[in-house]
Amino acid sequence: MNDAIVLKYQISPDDFTRAGEASSDVKGKLKQLGISPEAVRKVAIAMYEGEINMVIHANGGEIVVEITPAEIKMVLADVGPGIPDVEKAMKAGYSTAPDEVRNLGFGAGMGLPNMKKYTDDMKIETTIGVGTTITMLVKL
Amino acid sequence: MTLRDVQKVLGARVLTGEESLDQVVVSSACGSDMMSDVLAFSKDHSILLTGLCNPQVIRTAELLDIVCLIFVRGKKPDETIIQMAKERGIIVMETGHRMFSSCGMLYQAGLHGGAI
Ligand SMILES: Nc1ncnc2c1ncn2[C@@H]1O[C@H](COP(=O)(O)OP(=O)(O)O)[C@@H](O)[C@H]1O
Ligand SMILES: [Mg+2]
Repeated sequence: MNDAIVLKYQISPDDFTRAGEASSDVKGKLKQLGISPEAVRKVAIAMYEGEINMVIHANGGEIVVEITPAEIKMVLADVGPGIPDVEKAMKAGYSTAPDEVRNLGFGAGMGLPNMKKYTDDMKIETTIGVGTTITMLVKL
Repeated sequence: MTLRDVQKVLGARVLTGEESLDQVVVSSACGSDMMSDVLAFSKDHSILLTGLCNPQVIRTAELLDIVCLIFVRGKKPDETIIQMAKERGIIVMETGHRMFSSCGMLYQAGLHGGAI
């Protein structure tokens, strides 16, 4: 679309304390654009969980957010290990996260279910040893 | 109730945002150490009680528009965390009470869990 706004973020795997910076930046920009609070909240939560996953499971990656009058599209692409069994990974409570991650308040296996819950559409493309791309849509 | 009432009920120490305690009125809270649970179930909660002490707590509060963070069981956030909260206008308190007691005291004082 001609009036799309595109935001791009590189997600670093090195510093867990910075995980979520991209999501909070997007939240701020959506607010400024006057997007409804419900949509902003959905995008913020879904993207934050996805961003955390990129840091804890996939060595970082890139997030592209595309905003049009009709929808907000988030594409989270990493070159991590891939997800062997997507159906299993989508189950609430399923997690391969190590205890260190759990001590940080994540790794409860709620990330992917949360992303699904807060978006209107979610697609996972993943190849073992190549990486994972998750595309999420929030309709406006 | 106001955040001033909350502070009194918990005998909490205010780490940042002291100046707005009297004005901010809150009606519901949630308590958890798992940020994913907070992200999954929190709906318009104004207060988050947690025993977890890291920058992701501030980030979670920011993304959910939580106005006040209360660190329970004597957890002391470091200067970086307090600074992050300050920049985002999030009020931070700290109480020596444990999670269960803190939630119970606030519930008894009239603060509820809100809709899920
Ligand atoms: N980007 C990713 N790359 C590789 N594996 C992933 C990715 N995202 C999720 N996973 C896998 O799916 C599981 C479930 O993810 P999630 O629901 O977010 O729970 P958690 O992150 O708490 O483990 C993870 O434990 C991990 O095994
Ligand atoms: Mg996760």
